[in-house]
Parts: sequence; structure tokens; C-alpha cells
Amino acid sequence: MADDLERPDEPAHEESEQHLPTPTILPFAFAGGVALILIGLIINWWLAVAGGVLALLFGFAWIREVTRDVRAAPEPEPVVAEEPVSELAVEEEGPEEPERYPRSVFLELSTLGIGAAIGALVTVPALGFMIAPAFVGQGDDDVDLGPLDNFPEQQYVIAQFNSKKDEPQDVGRRAAFIRNNGQVDDVPSFTIISNRCAHVGCPTQPQGLPGNAKDVNTDAGPVTITPVASVSGFQCPCHGGAYDAEGNRIAGPPVRALDRYQFMIRNGNLVLGKRFSVGKVEGTGADAKIYAYKRYDPGQHVDGLEQYLWPLPPYEGN
Amino acid sequence: MARTRSKRQQQLQQAVMIPVDWLEERSGLVGGIKYFLFRKVPAETNWFHTLGSATLTAFLVQAVTGVILAMYYKPAPEEAYASIQHITNDLTLGWLVRGMHRWGASVFIILLFLHMGRVFLFGAYKYPRELNWLVGVILLTMALGEGLTGYLLPWDQTAYWATVVAININANAPIVGPYLGEFLRGGAEIGNDTLARFYSLHMLVIPGGLFALIGLHLYLVVRLGITAPPWTKAAGGYEEVADGRPLRKGLVDPKPRGNGAIAPRRPEA
Repeated sequence: MADDLERPDEPAHEESEQHLPTPTILPFAFAGGVALILIGLIINWWLAVAGGVLALLFGFAWIREVTRDVRAAPEPEPVVAEEPVSELAVEEEGPEEPERYPRSVFLELSTLGIGAAIGALVTVPALGFMIAPAFVGQGDDDVDLGPLDNFPEQQYVIAQFNSKKDEPQDVGRRAAFIRNNGQVDDVPSFTIISNRCAHVGCPTQPQGLPGNAKDVNTDAGPVTITPVASVSGFQCPCHGGAYDAEGNRIAGPPVRALDRYQFMIRNGNLVLGKRFSVGKVEGTGADAKIYAYKRYDPGQHVDGLEQYLWPLPPYEGN
Repeated sequence: MARTRSKRQQQLQQAVMIPVDWLEERSGLVGGIKYFLFRKVPAETNWFHTLGSATLTAFLVQAVTGVILAMYYKPAPEEAYASIQHITNDLTLGWLVRGMHRWGASVFIILLFLHMGRVFLFGAYKYPRELNWLVGVILLTMALGEGLTGYLLPWDQTAYWATVVAININANAPIVGPYLGEFLRGGAEIGNDTLARFYSLHMLVIPGGLFALIGLHLYLVVRLGITAPPWTKAAGGYEEVADGRPLRKGLVDPKPRGNGAIAPRRPEA
């Protein structure tokens, strides 16, 4: 074993010594660029872009600097190639010519290939089963919230309901803030706001005076309705997100307004439909202009430049 | 060996050595364990070098207590919290095992970071141990994943909302975020599948990876040797060992094994 060891005086070692990079200021400049990106993400997009350009530039320069020796190294190769190949080597190569694809290599590769094929045959369906169900057939059921009489005009109520029939109560239990805006051209109008904060999904609370809860039993299971007087807005206990009475963000970390639900009237009952995301709301009540988007996860921008950071939601709702 | 042994002593020795020899002849395990336990380490090692072993011990405690808890825990939304209460309040010493697992989780993470700090401050991540640092970073990530997935299992309000927040944070990664969130939740919302999914990740997937990578981590530690602390003479530069070959100080294993196992050697500048 000891004979295999390369001696320190051999040239191979001197070559390996060259790999020590020279001192350089570039990594600091690169880190500065990255820091600028992070600051820019908070303060200003163009600052982030500038930081990105700087980081790319200095990163590239750094890689050039570090790999200078390595890139210079292949130079001597042609010299070796030009050296007259000994006749012995030529003779050896002669008969080898037809064996360009020898049997042993074929067997090696086919063993690997068949092994990989068998492995894939077992693994791919298993992986599919692991991953696919999460993306298929999702979305909440329509939820019957009971007769319209339970929703007094121009007042918010908290409605707690089971979003999915086949799930145990505690898991599928959701809450929405519902305000009856009265009739608009003989069509009832409701503002139905999801209680989930648009930051990271904690449950927000209405800022007002809660009254007595009332239980209603519907097709969708038990519904609890709690009227709340003089709601000035909604607040999230987790990280201090605050919203006005229309669900617009007014303070804290949320990136958009509170989500809303579509609704329909079925047999005199109010029925919740799809949940959708809202960028902002202009105006109030029945006159509000709602900037609606497909349903996104909490924390994801639906408008502005940031929306391009996230692909369309994988789920479609109902 | 000058002392003569009584016949009884010889019999006793044989009784121990025969099975050990039997094992050694067929597996080489005894020699391997001896090599592992009696390998050379730098003279100036200190208590900071035990942080890695301490982390390993904390992990093994988690593994053992986790297996025991899994015998009583029921990963279903209706039963999870009740089974936790059953473990804590009804079962003999259940409170102890659950407490060990719960507090041990924090101990594990704290020790991981201390161990990482030791490696960083001692410069033990440098050539030729970069790969071991990378493996260690993956281990750290997986350990944090254990923390995340384990936190949901008690299925109380804290667990539920902390997981809502944690998954939504994951879902906010650019580009892949929404898909990652879907995968972790097992759907658009936290539900039945989420608990079972986290249980599976916590019990099977991540621990399996942890065991495998800890094996690789230890193999690399044994193969590359331990670094001397930076304030010692042995830590820097190179010196000649007995047979005249240069050896970087701080690397104590002068015997290469396997093809091309010559990494620790470098000439004097």
C-alpha cells in the first residue's frame, strides 16, 4: 500500500498545490450583491434587480478567479498527444478495434438498465400514489348555512360550519364573517369574508361586540351563528395583521385582503360556494368593487409584480 | 502472560472468546468495532469533541422513546389528542417517555447547533472534511423536519395552528411553494390526510434518512479522523511522521484505505 503513495517531490503534488485560490475581495462583493437583493425585496424591486446584477457579475468573476488555475491546466495535453505513440501501443490497439463495444460492457449496461427499469416499474406508481392525491379532487363542498332570517341586515355575524361532510368536525370546521347587505334590485347581497388571515392563515377575529350564539342544523351539519355588533374591522392574533370592515389590509404583514366566498340562495337558505382570493376592495357593501382572483394560499400576492413568483394554484375549488 | 491461569480462568476465557472469535471469523465485526473504538485521535481533544456523540445519543433517545410512543399513539383526528392524554395520564410511566421525547427533541436540536458551532469554530469543516459538513447540513434540515412534523401530532390547538402557519410559510416559497404546500397538507386545506401524512414523515421517512445519513456521517468521521483544536500546535501546517512522509497536522490517520485513499497527505509548502 505504501508504494502507491505519491512522494512529495513528485510534480503531481506541485500541481495540486496550485489549487489553493489566491486571496480575493470578490466573495465580499458577491455577498454584498446578495444582501442588496434581500434589502431590495423589502424596500424596492429595482434595488433587488441591481443587487442581482451585481451578485451575478461578482459571482462570475469570483468563479473565474478561483478556477483560473484549473482552466489553465489542460494546456499541456496536446504535447502529450503529439508525442509519438510507441509502436507497442499501436499494435495493441490494432486488434482491439472491432471490440469497441465489448460483451462485458454490454452486459454491464444491460444489467444496470434492466435494474433501473424494474426499479422504475415499482417506484413510479408508488411515488405517484404518494404525491398525486394531494393535487386531485380537492376543494370544499357547498355549505348550507340555514335560513336567510338568521342574517340581520347591515350587521356582521360569525358563521362556524363544517366545510367538508366526510371530515371529523374539528378538522373541517371553518368560520366566515357574513354581512347581509340587503336587497339590490330584488337580489339579496351578502359580504362573506373568510376568517383565515392572508398572511399565514391564522384565524382572524372581528373587532366588535359579539352577541348570543345561535345553533342551526342544516344539511351540512351544525352551524353556529354569532352576531357581532358594530364591526370596525378584523384582526389576527398571530402576527398582528389588521383589516378594515371590508377585509382590506390596513396594517401588519398580510399581502392582500381577506379571502371571500361566493354564495347562492337555495330554498331560502344561504349556501356558501367557492372561496376566492381578493386583491383589494373599493367601496363598501353591495356597491363594493372586488378585485377577485382564483383562490391562492395565504401569503401569496395576487397582484403587482410579486404575483409572478407563484404559479396558479394547483387546485380549482369545487 | 507470565502469570499462569487457573483452569477455571481458562475455561471462563474460552467461554467468552469462542463466540467472539466465531463472530469475528465470519463477519470481521469485532475487528471493525475495535478499530472504531480504539482509533487514534489527536492528543489535544477536549470536551467540545463530545458534542457530536451527545447529539447522536439524543437522537437515539428520540428513536427509542418514539418507537415506544408509537405503540400507544393513534394518528387519527378523532383519537390523536385522546391517545396523547391517555399516554400522559393513564399509562404507567407514559408521562416520562412522552416527556423524554418532547424535551429530548429540543435537546437534540440544541446539541445539533452546538456541535455545528464546534465544527465551525474549530475549522473542522475544511479540507478534506467538506463532504461531512454537507451531510451534517442535510442532517440538520431533516432534524428540523422532524421537529415540524412532530409538532402536529399532539393535535391540540397549538399544534394545529402552528402547523397551519408552518405549511403556509412553506407554501410561500417562490415557484414550487404552492405545490409544496399542497403536498404537505395532502390537499387544499389541513384535514384528515395531513395528520397521517405528518405521522408517516415523522415516523418513517425522515428517521430512515437520518439513520442512513448518520451512518455516512460517522463513516466519514472515522475515515478522515478528528481535527485538533485550532489553538494547539497540531492544528496547522504539516509535519513528518515516522516514516518520512509528510502529514498534515491534525489529521491523525496516516494509513490510507481503499483506492486512492491518499487525501490527507500534502507536501510542505
